[in-house]
Amino acid sequence: MQQEAILLGSEAIAHGVRLCRPEVISAYPITPQTHIIETLSEMVDSGELDSRFIRVESEMSAIAVMLGSVSAGSRSFTASSSQGLAMMHELLHWYAGARLPLVLVNSNRALGAPWNIWCDQSDSFSQRDTGWLQLYCETSQEALDTIIIAYRASELLMLPIMVMIDGFILSHTMERLLIPDQEMVDSYLPPYQAPYRLDPENPLTFGAAAQPDLFYELKKHLAGTMAEAGELLAACEEEFEQHFGRRYGAVMSGVEGDRQSPLAIVCCGALTGTVRVAVEELCQEGVAVDLVRLRRFRPFPGAELAAALKNKQEVIVLNRAVSYGAGGTLSQETRAALYHLPERPRVYDVVISLGGREVFPSTIKKIVRERAALSPVTGNWLD
Amino acid sequence: MQQESFANRFTPDCRWQITPAELVASGHMGCPGCGASLSLRHALKVLGPETVVVMPACCWAIIAGGQPTTALGVPLLHTPFAVAAAAATGTRQALLAQGREEVTVLAWAGDGGTFDIGLQSISGAVERGEDIIYVCYDNEAYMNTGIQQSSATPPGTWTTTTPSGKDFKYAKKDILGIVRAHNPAYLASATIAYPEDFYAKFEKARETRGFRFLHVLAACPSGWKIDSDKSLEVTRMAVDSGVFPLLEMNLDGTLVETVRPAKTIPVANYLKAQGRFRRMTTEEIALWQTGVEQKRLTNKA
Repeated sequence: MQQEAILLGSEAIAHGVRLCRPEVISAYPITPQTHIIETLSEMVDSGELDSRFIRVESEMSAIAVMLGSVSAGSRSFTASSSQGLAMMHELLHWYAGARLPLVLVNSNRALGAPWNIWCDQSDSFSQRDTGWLQLYCETSQEALDTIIIAYRASELLMLPIMVMIDGFILSHTMERLLIPDQEMVDSYLPPYQAPYRLDPENPLTFGAAAQPDLFYELKKHLAGTMAEAGELLAACEEEFEQHFGRRYGAVMSGVEGDRQSPLAIVCCGALTGTVRVAVEELCQEGVAVDLVRLRRFRPFPGAELAAALKNKQEVIVLNRAVSYGAGGTLSQETRAALYHLPERPRVYDVVISLGGREVFPSTIKKIVRERAALSPVTGNWLD
Repeated sequence: MQQESFANRFTPDCRWQITPAELVASGHMGCPGCGASLSLRHALKVLGPETVVVMPACCWAIIAGGQPTTALGVPLLHTPFAVAAAAATGTRQALLAQGREEVTVLAWAGDGGTFDIGLQSISGAVERGEDIIYVCYDNEAYMNTGIQQSSATPPGTWTTTTPSGKDFKYAKKDILGIVRAHNPAYLASATIAYPEDFYAKFEKARETRGFRFLHVLAACPSGWKIDSDKSLEVTRMAVDSGVFPLLEMNLDGTLVETVRPAKTIPVANYLKAQGRFRRMTTEEIALWQTGVEQKRLTNKA
């Protein structure tokens, strides 16, 4: 059974986490992640959730607690954002290298300087090389569901998964959604059975130094698992649909878009909601535009994205993160995925918003209508 | 109870019994005369096989051996440098969640991972009263990376980043004082050069619940510039001269000296036994001597 509710995005995530029964939760507060851990600590406090909630003194310690608890064989959870995720960086590499499962929710927020608490994706895109899977949600329902899917996939892959929501845009807004009951989730997500754990009955050493040849071998293995992760995740999503009736994918097209149009917009996260409105209006006004949303960023769904864009002549990529000196992060990845096509579309790299700069449907419509002025070579910034 | 367990280690003819079971295997990567290797060997003899070791970057991260070998007969979790206390927290909390309360979690870190980069996560773990034993084996510099100064290095010491040893602006951090200010369940300093005291303290730590902290002075022959067969002798001199008093925290929070050598030796003897203090002047040594004597007055015998 699924119960209807109206919840903040962060509360929806807390319910998703509760249903997955983590034994250990540890986090350090940072806006806009705080409601997630506040709700979880209330659940632990009231006895609704049987878990150990550890209030640490930094994000680095929060993820290090996970390193200990998951190595000891307990399903665990943490959440962060922005500066906090950046502070975890060293441990994010270590964690994936250690081949431990985990679900971490990141509430997307800009990185200073200057101080800024609002949404962009530079915090999580900066972590793209750490060996974590990355999933970006458009709605709070999707975020709740993705937590459950992510635990299932993470424990099968023995790799950690980062689930992204847009800070404030999703975390602090109410949405009507369905909360599955515990029985449903239990039938989808079995308890975590660690293949190896810190156990005096079977004393093993974890993370000891590896010589170059062995190190290379282990990293090759990680890359191999990552290469197969898309398929496994798709299977988990399919199974999720059978249990819960909601379907997600790596690359998702918007129903508002025109599949046949030679022009497409590529975007990621809750910005998609605004793009949907713009695309619908443009189609009504006679400007056919297709909409392609990237839900999965790692492993990058290159084949799926190329399939969605192979017949396009123009692709506008809307970026909310920049690799300074190289361009929008999403544009770079999109271009790389299209490179092998015999006829490649022109890709416009547009930096649409950073640090929460407001995007209206009119902003997007203007970009589409005036795209002749965009450079297909260098980055395009708004006035 | 604790007194009894200490007395029980002696046979009727007063010979001291140490368990022959080894949880640190021979063939490990420690240097000859390494105080850190000897310290963990004996610490694990006390704590026993129902122990999980959590270890940040430090000499021991190498001593334990590279994949696919290991020198430890207990589970070992290697962690990044700054987070031993936090990773030990997670390990302990998971074991508690699984109902495995009997397992001891031991964080085993060097002075860099304790006095410097790991201090913040220790502060968090003591404040939360995490049920772990945290041991800092202190060889008074970043020995594993090639003898660089840490905040556990005494002023006037030669290291590769204090090449002249002339910098007296810093002082070795009072790590016991720092941890004591967080209200740990147990706190002591020890060295394997005084093994009876070392064993008694690890036994007390094992029998206590909550955050337990041991500061263990561990000689490093290559960093201290001493012969490897002198490492215990020189460490003993650190205690006998008062440079490294063997302390234990009372229930009221005061520090008590558990071993006060019958005859103290001059600090100069300890310093002159080591190449790392070679350039210290008579005045500087005299200053150190005064400091040691003043400090001693504050500790109860």
